[in-house]
Amino acid sequence: MNALYLAFAYLRYHWARSLILTVVAALILFVPLATQILLSSSERALVARGEATPLLLGSRGSQIDLTMAALYFSGERPDPIPMSEVEAIWDSGLATPIPVHTAFSSNGFRIVGTSLDYFDFRDLKMAEGRGLSFLGDAVIGSDVAAALGKTIGDTLVSSPENLFDLDGVYPLEMPIVGVLEITNSPDDQAIFVDIKTAWVIQGIGHGHEDVVTADEVAAGSEAVANAAVVQYQRITDDNIDSFHFHGSQNDFPTSAAIVVPNDKRSATILKGRYLDTESPTQLVEPAGVIQGLVDRIFRIKSLLDVVTAIIAVAALAAVGLAVFLSYRLRAREIATAVKLGARRGMVLRLLSAETISLLSVSAIIAGVGAVIVSQNAERWVGWLLALGS
Amino acid sequence: MISVEDLSFRYGDTSFRLRVPEFSLQKNERVAIVGPSGSGKTTLLNLIAGILTPEAGRIDVAGTDVAQLSDAQRRRFRASTIGFVFQDFALLDYLSARQNILYPYRITPALKLDADARDRAEALAASCGIGDKLDRHPTALSQGEQQRVAICRALVTQPKLILSDEATGNLDPDSKARILDLLFDQASQAGAAVLAVTHDHELLPRFQRVLDFAQFREDAAA
Repeated sequence: MNALYLAFAYLRYHWARSLILTVVAALILFVPLATQILLSSSERALVARGEATPLLLGSRGSQIDLTMAALYFSGERPDPIPMSEVEAIWDSGLATPIPVHTAFSSNGFRIVGTSLDYFDFRDLKMAEGRGLSFLGDAVIGSDVAAALGKTIGDTLVSSPENLFDLDGVYPLEMPIVGVLEITNSPDDQAIFVDIKTAWVIQGIGHGHEDVVTADEVAAGSEAVANAAVVQYQRITDDNIDSFHFHGSQNDFPTSAAIVVPNDKRSATILKGRYLDTESPTQLVEPAGVIQGLVDRIFRIKSLLDVVTAIIAVAALAAVGLAVFLSYRLRAREIATAVKLGARRGMVLRLLSAETISLLSVSAIIAGVGAVIVSQNAERWVGWLLALGS
Repeated sequence: MISVEDLSFRYGDTSFRLRVPEFSLQKNERVAIVGPSGSGKTTLLNLIAGILTPEAGRIDVAGTDVAQLSDAQRRRFRASTIGFVFQDFALLDYLSARQNILYPYRITPALKLDADARDRAEALAASCGIGDKLDRHPTALSQGEQQRVAICRALVTQPKLILSDEATGNLDPDSKARILDLLFDQASQAGAAVLAVTHDHELLPRFQRVLDFAQFREDAAA
C-alpha cells in the first residue's frame, strides 16, 4: 500500500508526464485492439451481406465492382444491363430478380432504384411512414434521415449528373414517404425509389406539365415552364398521368439485379446459363466475391499487423526509455531511501507500482475505448463500407 | 551509544583506506567530525549506519554490533535506530512537507505508520516552526524550512542516534546556527545523540566534542 501511495503521489505531482505516458501507452494498446475489432466486424458485415445475397446479375466485367455497387451502393458504376435480362430471369421461372439501379445520388447518398421485392428480401421495416406507392416516392435509410435531418413530408432532389449538358435532364424532386428502421447495413445510407423513378431521373421517362422554376419556388406561385431557369422537376397528382417512358422497357437500364433462386437446383441451372464468357452479362455469387475480397484485405492486414507491431515496439521502447530516464533522474531519491533503511526491493516495488499503475490506467482507457468501438462497430463499419458511395 | 574499535575499511581496490582504532559517542552527546575532504568522514557515518560494512573491526551502536547484522537486519536497524540529516535535505519534491516527514514509515515495515507517528510529525513540525506549512511541497519552502522538514523526518521515528552529514552546508550563516541549535534542541528532547560531519568551524563551539578525522585516513599506497 505504501508503494502504491508513493507511486500515486509521484504520478499525481508529475501529472503532465504521467498523462503523456498514459495516453501513449493507451494508444499502443488501443489501436491494434480497435483495428482488430473493426476488421472483424467488417469481415462479418461484408460476408453476412454477401451470404444474404444468393446471386447477382450484371454486365460482364469486374465482379468486385458489380458486387460493391449492387450490395454496398458504392461509387463503382458497372455498365448497366438492359431490363430484358431481368425479364429473362422472370421468364425462366427459376428465380425472382430484383433490379438495383444505383446510377444516381442525392445530397451525397446513393439513390437505389428497385422494386418492392427488395424490401421483403432485405427484411427492411419502416420506422415511420409507408413504402413506395407512387412514381417519385422516396424511402430513406436511417442514416440518411439523421444526416440530412429529413423525415416524411420532406423532399429530396436528385443531384444533377452533368452540369454542362444543356440538353440533359432536370433533377427530380422526390417526396419522402417513409424512413427505414436502423439495419447497420448499407441500406441505412441509401435513398430507395421505384426503378421507374430512377428512369425518370435518367430522363428516360418524363412529364410535360408543372415544371418548376426558381422564380416559382421563390414566389410560391405557379409559373410557365422556362428551360433557361428550370431547377428541377416534380411529380405531382396533377402531372403524374403525363409521365411516360419512350421506347421499350426491355431496353431500360439497371445497374444489376439481385437474383433469388427458388432452390439450389434452380440456382445451379441459372449459373450454368451464364458460364459463356462471350455473354455480355454474368451471374456471380456475391459470397464468393466478398470472401475473395476479404481474403485479400486480410492478407494486407497481416502486413499491417507487422507494421503495427514494429510501431508498437518502437513506441514501447520510447516509453521504456522515458521511464528509464525518469528512474535515472530519481537516483538521489533511491539513495535517500536506502540510507533511511528502505527494505530490499522497496525501490523496485515503488518503481513497479508506478509503472503498473500507469499501464493499468492505460489498459483501462484502451479497454473502455475497445468496448465503445465494439458496441458501435456495426454502425461504424456500415458507414465505412458506404464511404465512396 | 557508539563504540568503534579497530575499524578498517577500504573502497575496493582504491588507495583510500580508513582506520579508526577507537571512537565512542555517549548517549545525548553532540560530537562534530571535521577533516579535509576525502578523509572518510561520510564513510564513517555510512559504516555506523550499516550502509557500508567494514573489512575488520567492531561497530557497536546502541548495543548492537552493526557489522554482524545481515543486510535486511541492518536496514531495519537503521530505520528504527538512526535518523539522517543530509546537506542537500534529500526531500522528495512530489510529497508534501507532512508526507516527507513521514516518508521513513512508507519505505520499511520496521516502522508502523499510526496516529502516534502522525501526531509526532505534527508536534515536531510545530516545534520547528513549520507547523503551518505541512501541506506545502518542498519547492514552496525556503532552504531553511526544507532543512527543518529534514530534521523532523530524522526525528519522527524517535531514533537513538542522529547522523548529520553537512546538514548546514547549504544554509546562509544566520540559518546555520539556528538550524543546528534546533537540531540539538530536538535531539535533546528526544534523547538522541548527534554525530555531525561539518566543515564549518564557526559552529564547532556548539558541540560538546570535536573529532579531527585527518588522523584516521591512510593511503594504502604509502
